Amino acid sequence: MTDLRWKTTPYAGWGRALKATGPLARPDTRNELTEAAFPAHGNRRSYGDAPLNSAGAALDMSRLDRIIAFDTKTGVLEAEAGVTISTLARICPAKGWLPAVMPGTGFATIGGAIAMDVHGKNHHNKGSFGQHVKAITLLQGSETRTITPKDKTLWQATVGGLGQTGIILSARIQLSPCAGRQMRVTETRASDWAEHIALLDASDATYCVGWIDATATGDALGRGIVEEAEIAAGSLPPAQTPTSRAVPFNAPHFALAAPIVRAFNQLYYHRVPEEGRTLLRPMQDFFFPLDRIHDWNRLYGRRGFHQFQCVVPPDQTDALRAMAEAIATSGLASPLAVLKKMGKGRAGYLSFPMEGFTLAVDFPNRPAAVQLIAELDRLTEAAGGRIYLAKDSLASCSTVRAMYPDYAAWRDAVEKADPDHRLATDLIRRLGLRSPS
Amino acid sequence: MNNTWIILGATSGMARAFARQQAEAGDALVLCARNTEEAQDLAADCSARGASEVATFPIDIRDAASFDPILEDARTREGVINVAVFVGSMPQQDAIDANPTLIAGTVTDSFSGPAEFLTRIAPQLEARGRGAVVGISSVAGDRGRLGNYIYGAAKAGFTAYLSGLRNRLARSGVHVMTVKPGPVDTPMTWNLGPQPFMSTPEAVAADIAKGLRLGWNTLYTRRIWLLVMMVIRLIPEPIFKRLKI
Repeated sequence: MTDLRWKTTPYAGWGRALKATGPLARPDTRNELTEAAFPAHGNRRSYGDAPLNSAGAALDMSRLDRIIAFDTKTGVLEAEAGVTISTLARICPAKGWLPAVMPGTGFATIGGAIAMDVHGKNHHNKGSFGQHVKAITLLQGSETRTITPKDKTLWQATVGGLGQTGIILSARIQLSPCAGRQMRVTETRASDWAEHIALLDASDATYCVGWIDATATGDALGRGIVEEAEIAAGSLPPAQTPTSRAVPFNAPHFALAAPIVRAFNQLYYHRVPEEGRTLLRPMQDFFFPLDRIHDWNRLYGRRGFHQFQCVVPPDQTDALRAMAEAIATSGLASPLAVLKKMGKGRAGYLSFPMEGFTLAVDFPNRPAAVQLIAELDRLTEAAGGRIYLAKDSLASCSTVRAMYPDYAAWRDAVEKADPDHRLATDLIRRLGLRSPS
Repeated sequence: MNNTWIILGATSGMARAFARQQAEAGDALVLCARNTEEAQDLAADCSARGASEVATFPIDIRDAASFDPILEDARTREGVINVAVFVGSMPQQDAIDANPTLIAGTVTDSFSGPAEFLTRIAPQLEARGRGAVVGISSVAGDRGRLGNYIYGAAKAGFTAYLSGLRNRLARSGVHVMTVKPGPVDTPMTWNLGPQPFMSTPEAVAADIAKGLRLGWNTLYTRRIWLLVMMVIRLIPEPIFKRLKI
């Protein structure tokens, strides 16, 4: 590891509410990494403390970003862990392929997508990212080892496993055929909670997601816009590609005050005509709507923000409605709120997805929001659901263990793979995930 | 029409981003680097990203004999040949002060080596009557400063060379663009502490493409460096010599 260049610096996840300070190295080539002595992270698009290590050093894998092989006949692609999802979304369609599963930000890396077993707008029919991974090359201690789904326990502890079984160096994934480079998107208004759930439930679109107005109360509670989309042949002129905008500074705290968010949501809802509409959109705009505004997390100001995301079983939509109601009456929500139907697909012991409905809402980091999220965690647990560790920065140990039934199997496998806890992160310690029960 | 980019120092942080960008544009690439294993990894990466063809060559910028196979290969290629030079080395100034024999190597890596390569390939470019040369110089070459004046002197030499080469090749329709990056987020700057107006390799590559499209002669990247260096050049020497910038 003598080749690595270190710098001691503060760093954070996407939510910026939790921070760490410590030595960071960012290897440029695979040969520089000879030992899995520290936890690794990608572009730190997890919101909380999953990428952080206050207790020691950490490795930034974002420059190990070479595509190793791309078989354009079979759609099997092997790449280093730091290759981003947006890189694949940009390159692969020209050859007729697309990652089968893409999260809501293209800045996520392949390594991160595996370690969090991420899902996308097509989870109900394509499952999670990890289900399309064929092999993973891990650095364990000073040994490099390639594993496949046949390595049952180690595989399931690695996919969605928070990076605790070894440093993910590279992976081989199966892409999905893709007929074009644009999306045909149908937007439909859902006027209240019942209609919103019904539309999501009835949709047979390949991609389907609901934007929910998390400030609407009373009869309008749960109103929003359901987006259903299919890949369409042909391509739109690239939407002025490199001219993405950046948020240049931390916004003042009132930027996302309740009246502003309510007004924004009102406009956003009425943007779609009452009878709905169908339009063509560039692929990247559909999959990564916020990526064109760089550093949008600064809109939440210096104190950062939290995202609450839970999933509850299909028969627990009333519990989810109660959460939406608590959020709406709190006046704390931001415009970024998503409701989605999930399928069963998951690939690892600690994978988030389960069949049911998932709700994700952003909150500025304030004491009242922290209290509200604690209540939402409690409601999720009571409904037999679970919260997403890629987003969480506030949950407690007992809650999380109760939500993940395969937790013990994960811990046993991880203890074998990394007995000295060299890969433990702030998230692991906060939730006591590797402490004896 | 084949469009080929010969890239010297291809595995450096900035060159890698440039190579990928040209790969995505469907160009043919000739990747020349000291470390052939890394060059081959990059070649596979560029092929996957859409390069029409990728070749790799070992090069030692201090050994002109290593240029021959590259020049020979270029002769056999059809279409437009372009050259981008990313080689250079920047030992710390205090390391040089302690060991002045490092000066010769710094000048070879950052100036005379690249200049020899470009001078050798120039007749080929003239004969083809089109194409471009991109030379990576540095804002450090705009004025000798306490912190890195040997590197700065080498880059000043390279800047003057590129200006002369532009004068020569413009007559036969070949465009030469001098690129002067400020600090770029690469392994070289990772642990140097906070840097002013830092750029990324991808942003530099995108700027180079834009500069070539618009036919710029000199490209400061980020653009703010044009202004910063203008101010720095204007400071009178009696004052400048007392400053630490």
